[in-house]
Amino acid sequence: MAEAAKTEVIKKKAGPAHPSGDKRFKLLEVTMKRHQFRSDALIEVMHAAQELFGFLEVDLMFFIARYLKLPPSRVFGVATFYNLFSLRPKGEHTCVLCTGTACYVKGADALLDAVEKLAGIKAGETTEDGKLSLVTARCLGACGIAPAVVVDGTVKGLETPDSLVQQLKGWLPNG
Amino acid sequence: MDRHELHELGDKERRSRPRLRIRCCTAAGCLSANSQAVLDKLKHAVAAQGLEDEVEVCGVGCLRLCCEGPLVQVDPQEVLYQKVSPEHATPIVGALLGGSAGVTQGDPKSPFFALQSSVVLDNCGFVEPERIESYIAADGYQALAHALHEMEPGEVIDEITRSGLRGRGGAGYPTGVKWSMVAKHAAARKYIVCNADEGDPGAFMNRSVLESDPHKVLEGMAIAGYAVGASHGYIYVRGEYPLAIERLKIGIKQANKMGLLGSRICSLPFDFTIDIRIGAGAFVCGEETALMASIMGERGTPKPRPPFPAETGLWGYPTLVNNVETFANVPGIIRRGAAWFAGIGTEKSKGTKVFCLTGKVKNTGLVEVPLGTSLRHIVEDIGGGCPDGKVKAVQTGGPSGGCIPEDLLDTPVDYESLTALGSIMGSGGMIVMDDKNDMVDVARFFMNFCMDESCGKCIPCRAGTVQLSRLLTKIIDGRALNEDLKRLEALCGMVKETSLCGLGQTAPNPVLSTLRFFRHEYVSRIKPPTNGRPKPKVPAASADDGVYTPF
Ligand SMILES: Cc1cc2nc3c(=O)[nH]c(=O)nc-3n(C[C@H](O)[C@H](O)[C@H](O)COP(=O)(O)O)c2cc1C
Ligand code: FES
Repeated sequence: MAEAAKTEVIKKKAGPAHPSGDKRFKLLEVTMKRHQFRSDALIEVMHAAQELFGFLEVDLMFFIARYLKLPPSRVFGVATFYNLFSLRPKGEHTCVLCTGTACYVKGADALLDAVEKLAGIKAGETTEDGKLSLVTARCLGACGIAPAVVVDGTVKGLETPDSLVQQLKGWLPNG
Repeated sequence: MDRHELHELGDKERRSRPRLRIRCCTAAGCLSANSQAVLDKLKHAVAAQGLEDEVEVCGVGCLRLCCEGPLVQVDPQEVLYQKVSPEHATPIVGALLGGSAGVTQGDPKSPFFALQSSVVLDNCGFVEPERIESYIAADGYQALAHALHEMEPGEVIDEITRSGLRGRGGAGYPTGVKWSMVAKHAAARKYIVCNADEGDPGAFMNRSVLESDPHKVLEGMAIAGYAVGASHGYIYVRGEYPLAIERLKIGIKQANKMGLLGSRICSLPFDFTIDIRIGAGAFVCGEETALMASIMGERGTPKPRPPFPAETGLWGYPTLVNNVETFANVPGIIRRGAAWFAGIGTEKSKGTKVFCLTGKVKNTGLVEVPLGTSLRHIVEDIGGGCPDGKVKAVQTGGPSGGCIPEDLLDTPVDYESLTALGSIMGSGGMIVMDDKNDMVDVARFFMNFCMDESCGKCIPCRAGTVQLSRLLTKIIDGRALNEDLKRLEALCGMVKETSLCGLGQTAPNPVLSTLRFFRHEYVSRIKPPTNGRPKPKVPAASADDGVYTPF
């Protein structure tokens, strides 16, 4: 009991929240503290973690589990359940292809085929050189300009396979 | 803030408005076409001409005709500019002084606009979503103040019941009944949850409401809180909607500051706080029990009902779950009365519904019509019909719905009529398909969606959707025999009957409805039995076809 209290004090006083000394862990700890280390804030914490680190590394998930007093399996379980959490690093560039109904009706599968072929990867993967991640999404809310894609954060509408490939040129291993 | 102050603030805001108003859409659709730059340039242009005192430039929510965005509307002249780019800003401002801007103009009196009615979207495109004063000037928070001052909680519930409002999240459960169930349970704590997980891929009604008029939803939630005796609410928003999240955050902060949310609302002993929870990309989290699991930081897997959330919800307390659009209807009903609302729509389906009209149709965007309007009216008169080709079918209800063929387009859009056709109202996605769309492929598209999104908790849904998708592929590839078609139908029935939650129970709907109305597209692909030679056995289930016979 006394021992536990002592480590608690040390944790609070001493700087780094993580042995690596990486400041981002400290920031994450602040977020967790704001949620009073409540285990039901797990998803908020993981959103914050992904924003800080880009993806959820195993070590990071252990870190979260320890602070929220959760079994690591629970953290891992949540991380793998939701599509927005990524367990692998993203590429330098990202192309999000909408495969929602409106885009499907307007030919989104032709876009996906074209990019998959030239990138040599499937949706959800990153090219070997780490240049391009290809992601699919179910509706970007831009159905009015379907088929829609997001290239590095910018939404583009009314795409054709040619126009899309043109934009991704230089990032495609087979292109 | 009390009622008097609310009125004064509204008056002040209205009085301070110059005669001329330029409204520029800053909802997601137009933003993706660079409308923020258009807005900035318009402000610059007005300043450059020294017109700041006469002209107000404001960023508003969705102006509805998304396919022609960015949209800019000038009042009171009612000029609508389409496909505006930043360079057009100066000519548009110049045209205020006379002359033409030389920018493509739309007609705000065209059928697309003229044939719509506005209840949920009445502020949409008019109020500035990031300024609470703008909402207050449009009679915002009056309904909350009225309810708190003049009505008992029970009276609020009666009013909602009499209005005939039904849930807009899909199933159409009577809202008043749901509220009274939550009110009835005595508990130390109760929760209000707003379902903004809008999972239907190809629909963005809820998103538009949140981005265009967030305060209306917040006000609706607070009224619900008062009615059922809850003092805490959550809005569960899809992670894919960053702008809606941002505007909700701003809205909650402003309302808290003005004493319209938080503690002692309108200086009365009623507290109501709202928190945002952000989804992480799982369709099944739109289902209410899964949604609550997700709010509590767990995997979003559904639970069998009963117990219903109204009894045992968040952390075991009674919880009211309603859709965004359901809440958005509430302030209007309280302000204008149940009778007014009940006067719109049909006998069993009251009020209006917002649809997101997309696919092979000329005018794509947001459409609000009274319930009971025919599909043909929506698709052909408002939507302007198919640009090239002929309308073949209209899909409603997303992955839980079905395809309605062209010859049945005169069906009125209400809960019962759509259900009778094997589709559902759903949350409001309406996707038009033309003769180039292959209906078996459409069925497979939705099945693949359900397969990807199945949470995996129950076997009929987890394994059934995979089998169904493979059978559909087999049919599309022309490898299927007649038995496969029978198997497809039997399996649809099984998945429908035995799945745990709505996802699995409705996943076969797109298949069943296309089988019902477009059966020939399935049958024409079936391989004829080989005559003469010994009849080949049904091919042994290869791993790829994975056909597993449950019967
Ligand atoms: C698989 C599945 C997905 C759902 N998705 C949504 C959704 O995105 N938005 C929504 O409001 N309701 C959704 N629902 C319905 C909710 O479970 C719930 O009935 C609804 O939020 C109740 O609100 P209402 O009475 O206002 O319609 C979904 C249901 C199922 C089974
Ligand atoms: S379906 Fe692609 S943006 Fe909506």
